[in-house]
Amino acid sequence: MIANFGFAAMFLAWLCAIYAAILALAVARGEQRQWLVSARNAAIAAWPLLTLACLSLTYLLVNGHFEIEYVAGVSSRAMPWYLKATALWGGQAGSLLFWAWLMSAHTALVTLRDWQNERDMQPYVIATTMITLAFFVSLNVFIENPFAKLWIDQFGQTSATFFAPSGARPFTPNDGQGLNPLLRHPGMIIHPPMLYLGFVGFVIPFSFAIGALAVGRKDDTWIRVTRRWTLIAWLFLSLGLLLGGRWAYDVLGWGGYWGWDPVEIAAFMPWLTGTAFLHSVMIQEKRGMFKHWNMILIILTYALVIFGTFLTRSGVLSSVHAFAQSAIGPLFFIFIGVTFVISLTLLFRGWERLHSENILTSWLSREGLFLLNNLLFMGILLACFWGVIYPLISELAAGQKVTVGPPFYKRTTGPQFAALLLLMGIAPLAAWRVTTVKRLGHTIWKPTAVSMLVPVGILAAGVTNPVALLGLWLAALVLCATLYEFYRGATARRKSTSDNFFSALWNLAAHNRRRYGGYVIHLGVIFMAVGIIGIEMFQTETQGTLAYGEQMTLGDYVLIYNELAEFPAEDDRIVTRAMVSVYKDGKFVAELYPRRDFYVDSQQPMTIPGVYSTLEGDFYVLLVDWKPIGAQGATFKIYLNPLVNWLWLGGFLFISGTLIAAWPGKRESHSQQQTAVGVS
Amino acid sequence: MESTVKHCTDSSSVIRPLTIIGLVLLITLSVFGETAAQSDEPTDDEVNAIAKQLYCPVCENVPLDVCGTQACAQWRATIHEKLATGWNEEQIKQYFSDQYGVRVLAQPPTQGFNAIFWAVPPVVFLVGGFFVLRFIHNIRHKQQSATGQPVAEKTNVDDYAARLEHELEQWR
Repeated sequence: MIANFGFAAMFLAWLCAIYAAILALAVARGEQRQWLVSARNAAIAAWPLLTLACLSLTYLLVNGHFEIEYVAGVSSRAMPWYLKATALWGGQAGSLLFWAWLMSAHTALVTLRDWQNERDMQPYVIATTMITLAFFVSLNVFIENPFAKLWIDQFGQTSATFFAPSGARPFTPNDGQGLNPLLRHPGMIIHPPMLYLGFVGFVIPFSFAIGALAVGRKDDTWIRVTRRWTLIAWLFLSLGLLLGGRWAYDVLGWGGYWGWDPVEIAAFMPWLTGTAFLHSVMIQEKRGMFKHWNMILIILTYALVIFGTFLTRSGVLSSVHAFAQSAIGPLFFIFIGVTFVISLTLLFRGWERLHSENILTSWLSREGLFLLNNLLFMGILLACFWGVIYPLISELAAGQKVTVGPPFYKRTTGPQFAALLLLMGIAPLAAWRVTTVKRLGHTIWKPTAVSMLVPVGILAAGVTNPVALLGLWLAALVLCATLYEFYRGATARRKSTSDNFFSALWNLAAHNRRRYGGYVIHLGVIFMAVGIIGIEMFQTETQGTLAYGEQMTLGDYVLIYNELAEFPAEDDRIVTRAMVSVYKDGKFVAELYPRRDFYVDSQQPMTIPGVYSTLEGDFYVLLVDWKPIGAQGATFKIYLNPLVNWLWLGGFLFISGTLIAAWPGKRESHSQQQTAVGVS
Repeated sequence: MESTVKHCTDSSSVIRPLTIIGLVLLITLSVFGETAAQSDEPTDDEVNAIAKQLYCPVCENVPLDVCGTQACAQWRATIHEKLATGWNEEQIKQYFSDQYGVRVLAQPPTQGFNAIFWAVPPVVFLVGGFFVLRFIHNIRHKQQSATGQPVAEKTNVDDYAARLEHELEQWR
């Protein structure tokens, strides 16, 4: 009953999306404007309908309706209720439905805005968002139906379809297979929604860009209107990537946070173009330049959002043949191709119209350096894209499977990240329009001089790794330059307002949240860079098998194996937990409990580390199963991850900076309150 | 007689050091041989150092040192055996590559079709670099044609405070 209701709601949402797209396109082609009211209402209606579909599926999951194929695949009786509920996005069909629901929420909210100044773009925005939504919901309706039921025929064969096959009767397993153990972690509960919010969020600026191209606008209205949407999408995508890194660190048991896995890169690529876009739009707003480039960036970001979903949902990463066999893979491929071609056609048709209002006269100017920043982001994107698609090319063209692992990515992106750090320090100090070397040097010499103290100090402390020294110097340079910019701004403002320094600083940041929020983001990046340099350059590890009372050493740390306990946990898992004591420089510092959880329902183990964390680094202990685990011997793998917590602290600062930048100012929120919400 | 004795003495004086050297060598070799035999037992760290450069044949993109599958456990045991019999890192990697295909390596080899993989990034870098340099050259050209001469350094640095106020107003 509930499954039928959920499917009906989902199907109606699909019809609404199709109807809204057709009507909006008809209005765009000159049909009656009143039709747009109907298109808008249909676009808004898709949201509550998909909400009902998601609620129905959640109800089925929480209440253990194992007659539903999706529920039987990702849920089990032993799972706690919150994991059952979040299994909504734990499998293919559910995650697609969840993606569509978030998309419908974004679309409804953007449709409800005041369109007074962008009436001409409205039909195209509705059409673009609704076509995207219709595509995703159609995958659910026709291919990956989360409400498909299990049936058994007279020969004992089971199948999963929404409607009963002839001669088959319903089949309800006693229990479900349960959620993949790797996904039973708080980080993984929040991580997918954050990523999806980031993904769907970028559809909004893309839709406005298409609207601007289609109606022939050459101003930056589409950028100004979608500025906050873009920032919020970027915020969620960043948060999703950070949470994914933290999840990998806590759950995957390899002592790292980022493995250059294609799935990670799939989410990272739209973030790269999105970040380049956020920088580049400032130039269009300020100087009326880079109009083509901004269009290209948002088209690329949209294409990469769909491409990222395609990579992770089509099975193409495991094999191109799996992709060919999967029903949704080719559809995704066609959708990406068609939307990309249409977008580029619109762009080239309006190419002449989008000419720059100014020319770039100095590559050391702020806009010149921003352009270099964009080129570096594109360079990193190309390296990532090549690394992800080459295994597919190799398998397709030469029939040979290959792996592109971290060494390639580190080699190709490392120098570009370093150059980006350098630009992050210099660009905010460069003036608009024209900056000469002498003038830039005059501004930057003080932060540069102070920053040199860092590599000198580190060198004196005995660190001689040149790459680490360079990286830490760059981080110090950005730190000094950013703080100097705060100082310069506050001092200048103090002179003009006679406030004290801290009031001036506060007012300065409050008056331009976007700019100073951006600087806080840069500070976050510095912290993250320090953490990354620490773990990438100085991580050490060792492994050994110990009996009770035996010890092993890594760096200044000593680990002693005390005892082992094995017990069943509530959610059908058997826990094997070691207790170890950790000493640093001869002093007891912590008792850790590295453990292995064995999930009986899925017959899958999970390695949970014991971690002693300080700002200096993490002492990270894993209980590995190279040999049987027992009192006589248990194998421990230990990592020393220097400075890794700076990465998480930096992430926190990064997100805070984005929130500051996205927060509406007083004047803006006041003006928003004054404008009535309604259809144009 | 004396000369014979001397000859014998001479000959024994050559043989004795050789014998001693031989004995010393024998003892040294036997002692170090024993030590070497003891240290031939590879440590987990030595196995991991190679395992982390190889990828699981079953799971996608999971290095061998952290993979929990049975296949990977056997592979690690194989690395252990090979190290114990004196194979070096390159030999072991080559062995796995021959046995299971190049996908077990952390990156594609440089020969054959895979040469494309390594050729494309530098080509893109060079072509991209060419266009960027040409772009910069054009900017300089525009600068000169706009002013008739290279842009001169401004003698007065613009008023930072005024510029900041202007920007604050604009970006609000």
